[in-house]
Amino acid sequence: MGQIKLNQVSKSFGDVEVIPPLDLTIEDGEFTVFVGPSGCGKSTLLRLIAGLEDITSGHIEIDGTDATHVPPAKRGLAMVFQSYALYPHMSVRKNIAFPMKMAGLPVDEQNRRIEAAAKALNLTDYLDRRPGQLSGGQRQRVAIGRAIVREPSAFLFDEPLSNLDAALRVGMRLEISELHKRLATTMIYVTHDQVEAMTMADKIVVLRAGHIEQVGSPLELYYKPRNEFVAGFIGSPKMNLIKGAEAEARGAPTIGIRPEHFDVSTTEGAWEGTIGVAEHLGSDTFLHVHGVAGCDPMTVRVDGELSVRHGDRIFLTPQADKLHRFDAQGLRVE
Amino acid sequence: MARAVTRQRKIVNTALAWGIGFLIFFPILWTILTSFKTEAQAIADPPIFLGFDWTLANYEAVLERSNYGRFLWNSIVIAGGSTILGIMIAVPAAWSMAFVPGKRTKDILLWMLSTKMLPAVGVLYPIYLLCIQFGVLDSKIALVIILMLINLPIIVWMLYTYFREIPGEILEAARMDGASLREEVLYVLTPMAVPGIASTLLLNFILAWNEAFWTLNLTAAKAAPLTAFIASYSSPEGLFYAKLSAASTMAIAPILILGWFSQKQLVSGLTFGAVK
Repeated sequence: MGQIKLNQVSKSFGDVEVIPPLDLTIEDGEFTVFVGPSGCGKSTLLRLIAGLEDITSGHIEIDGTDATHVPPAKRGLAMVFQSYALYPHMSVRKNIAFPMKMAGLPVDEQNRRIEAAAKALNLTDYLDRRPGQLSGGQRQRVAIGRAIVREPSAFLFDEPLSNLDAALRVGMRLEISELHKRLATTMIYVTHDQVEAMTMADKIVVLRAGHIEQVGSPLELYYKPRNEFVAGFIGSPKMNLIKGAEAEARGAPTIGIRPEHFDVSTTEGAWEGTIGVAEHLGSDTFLHVHGVAGCDPMTVRVDGELSVRHGDRIFLTPQADKLHRFDAQGLRVE
Repeated sequence: MARAVTRQRKIVNTALAWGIGFLIFFPILWTILTSFKTEAQAIADPPIFLGFDWTLANYEAVLERSNYGRFLWNSIVIAGGSTILGIMIAVPAAWSMAFVPGKRTKDILLWMLSTKMLPAVGVLYPIYLLCIQFGVLDSKIALVIILMLINLPIIVWMLYTYFREIPGEILEAARMDGASLREEVLYVLTPMAVPGIASTLLLNFILAWNEAFWTLNLTAAKAAPLTAFIASYSSPEGLFYAKLSAASTMAIAPILILGWFSQKQLVSGLTFGAVK
């Protein structure tokens, strides 16, 4: 069990309101990702759920009981920190055993769970080492192991992969996703990386300045962003937002078109431009096209085999059924 | 070529460091040497460095005249007691200042330090009278409490600085792992701060051991520690330099030995591995 319900939860530091009152329900077993630019309050929100920060007003319910004033130790949640926060003076084994020791589990049971977690996380050979003797990826696994063994009702991850290098990050991302499939426990995951959000989440919560901009599945957010902010934040490279005459001609003050939704031609099309930088990734090429009114540069994804160069003329036609329209307030218009 | 220069510099630096070290240690060395001289040789002019008749007569005389064991025991109780009591108060105080600071934490810290700027003699009279009223004049308990209070600002400051080095996330992790406040301090904070706590303990013990103003003014016979033992030899009976030196050597020997051993402990403590 691990349903988490936030009821008009708000947080202020002194006079500064970092999270205005918000409602959010995280269903049991769901993988929920909080995503947003830095300073949007996503980590604060996670810490409110953890109990590491006191909420200013509102209520938090965990599994149907009011946990607003329950200390973090008693909420039954496990947390993985950005810095891993391992106990440097304890061996890996003792680190993993710590929450079970606090819970007063019998030693046999502790050892059984440590062995199982170590096996699942490839840590068996490292159990007697200190955290200082491990690599970043191994420390991250120890932190996850420490979280797993106590069998929490939900896992909280605070930007757990941001200290790892790019290759390791992709690997750990898959491991965490697999862990979620295997345990089917509620997970809340904070990140500023929208790729992590898109690939891992059942449900994404997009935050800006403490406000929830949109809640939905990754594809809902991709296909039907509720406003310009979500449209620009989800998807990589970013959606092109076009203002002015070209937008008005298509029935809205602002229109959005994703880089992958263009018909590209070297001879004819709706918009004409000049290729600036062409980023060749092999499978795809991203073109930064200059000279189209209302959006400069326009990012366009083309097939990797299309041979184009800096300075070439190019014609772009947005696919009409893939256009997003936004009103003057930046809200989606159907 | 560059190598030769660095080597030369190394030799110069090492020689300089030893020179300064020797200069600082010299008064103690001189005291120890003097304690083995006869009274006549002790005041000889020009001073005799090593070529004197080595004798243990001063030690015999001192041990015969006063009960060294009792002074030593008083010193241990007063310095040890005030240190232990101080640490018990300072750990929670420094914890709260380092990890849950309030608006006035910095002010409180500075105010605590400012009490060290008060000349001790300014409060001698009131404290003396208080000791009489509570019936604790010339008692170890009074000195334990007074020395603890005198050194408390320094211990709290030192521990506060050490605790600040410990990442707060590790304590939060302990909280998430189900540790109560007591368990958090006992199993996570204290072991991580061991080098800091050890050096604080040592410094406080040395300060309390060497403290002379209060120990001399508030004791007579019963509770007098080694500072009073030394003082009793700089007496109006005349200048007994050799005996005074013997008494001094006996008074500082325990703390010198303690410092020597814990110094090694502290160096190994400083290489303690950190996170990240």
